[in-house]
Amino acid sequence: MSAAGYLLPYDFSPLTVFSFAAVLGLYGIALLRMPAADRPGPIRIVTFVLGVMLCYAVMQTRFDYYSQYMFFVHRGQHLILHHLGPILIALSNPLPIARYWYGFAGPGSRRLLAPLGWLYRLLQQPAIAAFLFVGLIFFWLWPPIHFDAMLSRQLYWLMNWSMLLDGLLFWWLILDSRSPAFSNALGYGKRILLLALVAIPQMILGAWIVFSRGMVYDVYEVCGRAWPMPPETDQLLGGLLTWIPPAMMSIVGILIILRRAMHEDGGHSSRQSRQPITEGSAP
Amino acid sequence: MMPLRLPLARLRPAALFVLVWSLSLILTGCLGDEENWHGKDISGLMPELEFTLTGTSGNPVTETDSAGQIRLVYFGFTSCPDVCPATLSGLRAAIKQMPDDLQGEVTTLFVSVDPNRDTPERIASYVNFFGQGVVGLTGEEATLRAFTKRYRTTFGYDQPDAEGNYQVSHSAAVYVFDGDGDARLLLRPGLTTEQITEDLTALAAEPAPS
Repeated sequence: MSAAGYLLPYDFSPLTVFSFAAVLGLYGIALLRMPAADRPGPIRIVTFVLGVMLCYAVMQTRFDYYSQYMFFVHRGQHLILHHLGPILIALSNPLPIARYWYGFAGPGSRRLLAPLGWLYRLLQQPAIAAFLFVGLIFFWLWPPIHFDAMLSRQLYWLMNWSMLLDGLLFWWLILDSRSPAFSNALGYGKRILLLALVAIPQMILGAWIVFSRGMVYDVYEVCGRAWPMPPETDQLLGGLLTWIPPAMMSIVGILIILRRAMHEDGGHSSRQSRQPITEGSAP
Repeated sequence: MMPLRLPLARLRPAALFVLVWSLSLILTGCLGDEENWHGKDISGLMPELEFTLTGTSGNPVTETDSAGQIRLVYFGFTSCPDVCPATLSGLRAAIKQMPDDLQGEVTTLFVSVDPNRDTPERIASYVNFFGQGVVGLTGEEATLRAFTKRYRTTFGYDQPDAEGNYQVSHSAAVYVFDGDGDARLLLRPGLTTEQITEDLTALAAEPAPS
């Protein structure tokens, strides 16, 4: 197959291509126009673009074909849509870009956006966010649901988009660059607790898939595989991809949060230690 | 104060989380569909039957040639060692067990996804072995790719061995379309002949839509 064959979408989705183009376009325009003081540095820009392009690549290239017909590639696809891509996007902190575009919204459109804000705040309740994050993985991997999702084109797109959007919401909640000391972002302790809590059910699910004797996901039997591969091997690899990398990403997430917390703790306490002096000297 | 708050101090959201999580397990447990069929009901999940392929006489065959019939679509290849012959003979046995007046309402479409080796003649002698109601079909690889993609399935080839023989991966299930061409059932491997007979009989006995 030619290079174009690998880069072109297997199942072309105009909405997906448009959404990704719009996100990159709005990001680029904001970068060019925003004040230099707010502009993210090159590392953050590269991280953002990398995260977006990874998600695009697994949805709209030949990769999608293999995801539809190999269980372990499908798990890899969701690993990127639900974990790696959103993690990179959240780490790049695109908040200044969002703030730049929000600045253009008039009072009318802000009123229109308000319900979205309520929905966002509801979904970002820690319990709801964690429930959604784990719940979606379990929902789409529930064998009868998974079977339908792989057979129906509509359900398949719904599955992939819901994983991507939920991944973005969850990892933004966890990796929100605003400090909880100075904003209403989630406290660091809660973030760590959430990361630990969501890792456990994912590990149990992955281990269950790995150690299942029979075929859990026979839809790949039904739909034919992209190349002849023993079904047990496919399931084993898919189970491992559900089990180990998400747990590792939770640990990486915890390390990032701990680093921030300790970093800020140092800065914060030195500020606190200065405070009594200024207060003391005031009267 | 340390900004790193202790998790235990915030027990309420954690308790809520556990509650919601266990609720989710109960809910997803209830999502299994109630099945009246032995096969998997795929109504509404897939587009209706539509194809233009090459028949065993070398002429084009479309879905309209078997309109009104229950169509059993099966993808395979004639060099297939065990799965294809087992499936096709299983289907023949299941159809033979149907009431006599309904047997004629079922057509089996065997689609070879190995057009390099499977010539129309070769497919003809292969399907004749499995009885009268079997139609052998194939096409260019691109046509077959488009047709299989429409039904969310695929096929692939292994590296040929020294004699030029190779394995082909293909769907192991039978797609069942009704007389209108609507996708109805997916017969997964593992169904007994009796179960297939019951499903096909129930489908054939359905009143024709007005």
